[in-house]
Amino acid sequence: MDAAIRKQLKITACKARMGIIEGVFNAKSGHPGGALSCVDIITYLYFNHMNVNPADPKDENRDRFVLSKGHAAPALYAVLALKGYFPEEWIKTLRKSDSNLQGHPSIKYTPGIDMCTGSLGQGISAACGMALGAKLSGKSYRTYTVLGDGEIQEGQVWEAAMYASAKGLDNLVAVVDNNNLQIDGTCAEVNSPYPIPEKFKAFGWNVIEIDAHSFDEIDAAFAAAKEFKGKPTAIIAKSIKGKGVSYMENEVGWHGKAPNAEEYEQAMTELKAALAELEA
Amino acid sequence: MADIIKMATRDAYGKALAELGEKNDKVVVLDADLAAATKTGMFKKVFPDRFIDSGIQESNMMGVAAGLATTGYTVFASTFAMFAAGRAFEQVRNSIGYPHLNVKIGATHAGISVGEDGASHQCCEDIALMRSIPGMVIINPADGVEARAAVLAAAEYEGPVYMRFGRLAVPCIFDESYKFEWGKAVVLSEGADVTICATGLMVNEALEAKKILAEEGINAEIINVHTIKPLDAETICASAAKTGCVVTAEEHNIIGGLGSAVAEAVCESGTCVPVVRVGVNDVFGKSGPAVELLHIYGLDAANIADKAKRAISLKK
Repeated sequence: MDAAIRKQLKITACKARMGIIEGVFNAKSGHPGGALSCVDIITYLYFNHMNVNPADPKDENRDRFVLSKGHAAPALYAVLALKGYFPEEWIKTLRKSDSNLQGHPSIKYTPGIDMCTGSLGQGISAACGMALGAKLSGKSYRTYTVLGDGEIQEGQVWEAAMYASAKGLDNLVAVVDNNNLQIDGTCAEVNSPYPIPEKFKAFGWNVIEIDAHSFDEIDAAFAAAKEFKGKPTAIIAKSIKGKGVSYMENEVGWHGKAPNAEEYEQAMTELKAALAELEA
Repeated sequence: MADIIKMATRDAYGKALAELGEKNDKVVVLDADLAAATKTGMFKKVFPDRFIDSGIQESNMMGVAAGLATTGYTVFASTFAMFAAGRAFEQVRNSIGYPHLNVKIGATHAGISVGEDGASHQCCEDIALMRSIPGMVIINPADGVEARAAVLAAAEYEGPVYMRFGRLAVPCIFDESYKFEWGKAVVLSEGADVTICATGLMVNEALEAKKILAEEGINAEIINVHTIKPLDAETICASAAKTGCVVTAEEHNIIGGLGSAVAEAVCESGTCVPVVRVGVNDVFGKSGPAVELLHIYGLDAANIADKAKRAISLKK
């Protein structure tokens, strides 16, 4: 990946992380950990990969994005705001009763959202439907979805996985945000989904394993997925829950909790320092 | 006596889909390994490219239907009522209902008249479940003619629709001149003493009950409630106010279906007349020939007539 593009993506992702903290802090609730673990990939998709236009969010030829792990909504909102889908001030209204930013993504409230998600396991099926729509209509748009590693404990994910390969949906990419933490503990302890790559391979998918925080690896994976024909692609992205905020990293307690004022200040101080370093 | 033409509403569904496919190339039909039973196979035969079988996975099928609908297709997703409304309830609620997507759920084999397969497949809870989803339209046609008309009308409507079809061949009440009015309860026969609101195959039974009651000098008004949600409260309550009592008749649990909907509407209208429900009396079904089961569970003209007399006796 071009160094200038990589630098710009890192800057954008850092700003998106600030948006996540800003949103969750003001909402006094939400899911910062799993938002921070997948925000690099969402940033990459919207700023360097997908064919989307914030001025025309319903363009029928746009690439589609479904956040199957809907609780990571703060990450998607932060990226959409930076991309210009809606004013950045909206971020501070997250989860409030007069807000356009619901606790989980909703096409009814927010421009740029392609599917209502939040109930785990359902987003990937809708993504299959969108990919199928492209095949039926002969359109070239592609569909992307991000799942949690805990989410793939849902049986519906494997119904969809079987379906996507059986129907030859090579215009579909599913990312598994593999931060190895879910509410009740590590995924391995709670009900192990491992080994994840082998499972998707067995279901007939093209599988790529990457570091979820390396834009070079992210870029190579999505480029390879685009070229791969005949099968859907699963990108198993090894990530760090809470990535970018020191005290949240790899701490299961930050799955669904908002920082207090002191913690907010510390997170923003860290992210501002990281941003300054990136922009230097 | 002229021969009674019988047809299962599921057959009408399949035929209507094939007809629809002809004039609307945005219609896509999904099924979950039951194309022969749900009759979507009739569509598949003529439009194989627009028929997609998910195999036995109803939850995923509903999600696929939702995603497909966001891309501009009018999607018919078909399986048995038990699996459409029951197994996939939450997918219908969250992936179709909440985003208010243009998915038509074709739920066949509803009610006790599934027959020999028994309780595991006799869905008498679907209307209750679907009624509780905001924005969901529920249509339960009385015969094949109405079923065809309802399917064609549903395709014209933008939004989620739950269509309830039966396995059993039932008498055709209507002829080809029948006009389906979206969301309208239809007074089939006027009367002064009791209002009988019926839906699905119970409409024919209600018409038969009218004959039984007539022999005893009771004049029943029969209303066909093909659209259970949104309910045509105006027509129903006006009739209730006129006759002074109501009987509801449905092939569904007495809890949560037409009976509940009518009772709610009548109470809230201030009419406050007695409402007596005929339906499956909050029990699970069992195996047996469909027609026999309908009698065993009181889903017949005789029971409707009995309940009509009870409703009349409750009048103040």
